[in-house]
Amino acid sequence: MTVDELRAALRGVPDPDWLATALDRVAAEPATIARFFPAVGRRCGRDDLPDLPGWTADEAARALLLASLPADHAGQAETLYRTGDAAEKRAVLKALPLLPIGAAGVPLLHDAIRTNDTRLVAAALGPYARQLDPPAWRQAVLKCVFTGVPLAAVADLDARADGELAAMLAALAAERRAAGRSMPADATELLDRLTAASQPEPREV
Amino acid sequence: MRIFDPHIHMTSRTTDDYERMAAAGVRAVVEPAFWLGQPRTSVGSFTDYFDSLVGWEPFRAGQFGIRHHATIALNPKEANDRRCRPVLDELPRYLEKDGVVAVGEIGYDSMTPEEDDVFAAQLALAVAHDLPAMVHTPHRDKVRGVERSLAVVAESGIAPERVVLDHLNEMTVKLVRDTGCWLGFSIYPDTKMSPPRMVELLKAYGTDRMLVNSAADWGRSDPLLTRATGEAMLLAGFTDDDVDRVLWRNPVEFYGQSGRLDLTDDDLTEPTFAGNSILRGGS
Ligand SMILES: [Zn+2]
Repeated sequence: MTVDELRAALRGVPDPDWLATALDRVAAEPATIARFFPAVGRRCGRDDLPDLPGWTADEAARALLLASLPADHAGQAETLYRTGDAAEKRAVLKALPLLPIGAAGVPLLHDAIRTNDTRLVAAALGPYARQLDPPAWRQAVLKCVFTGVPLAAVADLDARADGELAAMLAALAAERRAAGRSMPADATELLDRLTAASQPEPREV
Repeated sequence: MRIFDPHIHMTSRTTDDYERMAAAGVRAVVEPAFWLGQPRTSVGSFTDYFDSLVGWEPFRAGQFGIRHHATIALNPKEANDRRCRPVLDELPRYLEKDGVVAVGEIGYDSMTPEEDDVFAAQLALAVAHDLPAMVHTPHRDKVRGVERSLAVVAESGIAPERVVLDHLNEMTVKLVRDTGCWLGFSIYPDTKMSPPRMVELLKAYGTDRMLVNSAADWGRSDPLLTRATGEAMLLAGFTDDDVDRVLWRNPVEFYGQSGRLDLTDDDLTEPTFAGNSILRGGS
């Protein structure tokens, strides 16, 4: 995902002039982002963007606003997240991988993963979650399984899933079996893939 | 029967309530910021509460197919505590949020000078943020409280059709009827109003600008009394359309003035309702 792709996908928003003005103003006068940010849903809409699977118009427009800041992306992202409603928080989380902030956004991921708002948990596990250390990342993936967040929301899932995560999933599967409850299909499939990968290749005789 | 409860404190209610409300036809609610029973002593406990009204609570409601909106304000009771006064400085950023459809609950509790100041300051915020205002009327000394509230509203310059005075009853309905403000009635198990008394008021004063709510909170209250009122209306000879007007179209029209009601799901709008362009607003 790049800033140019976001910009292209937003061409059809209901009020393109408002967005263009907001982006210019934020670039020239960063403090104005606090005023524009909450109004984005009302101006740009909240529908899924057909050209940008996984993004809604308000998320993309808010990410663009953050990206157009001239400096202090980390500080602004933190403030907008802390003072944001659920939709604003989600947009900040989705914008993190587009911003030149290194690992400075990690505390926001921790905050989002602690919530029980599944939309925030899912948004925290996008590409920027590569900044999470393995224990935090595994716990977050397990929380997705617990709370019904589809694992498709998790970036780099197969690349990062390891034996430790497999053990956690297996324990959960056993607990669910004992309770007569089922596991989400995507979690079972992940566990199967991890188990198969850990078996030694059958040797020909 | 589709129901919009324009005043209910869902933070204090359980998921059982959400389930029963959804089954009874409640599809949208407005949760006004109010007192929590236990006085708060710092700004942080207000902002955490407001954050939940624009964060967690709408998510919780959404799991039951109910649209959740909020009104935000420093309530009259806590306006009397100096430690809470800086809450006023935090309000502007909340009044720009998508789910915030009015300034409220404002108004009087004990009609102190502190309450005067905070009430007037928050009506000015409603004007500045182009939002309606939701005015709680006091439970003690109600008639004088309503008169004084109407005077403060008139002085503020806010348009009367953008103001609702809530918790009205037989003694106060006439005072508000002729001002152009909206009239809110809280239906309670044994205080405020009951469904039969509400039906009598609707017979006497018509359905125009009338809002019916459960005001359910942490006290003895019942989130299904909106539905009970609709049924009592039908038994008394009101039509389905009358009920729909009082329990759905009226609150949609009043809070729709914010330009921020979000009721865009297909199942929430019906072809009989021509005014759905106001739901989301362009500004
Ligand atoms: Zn209330």
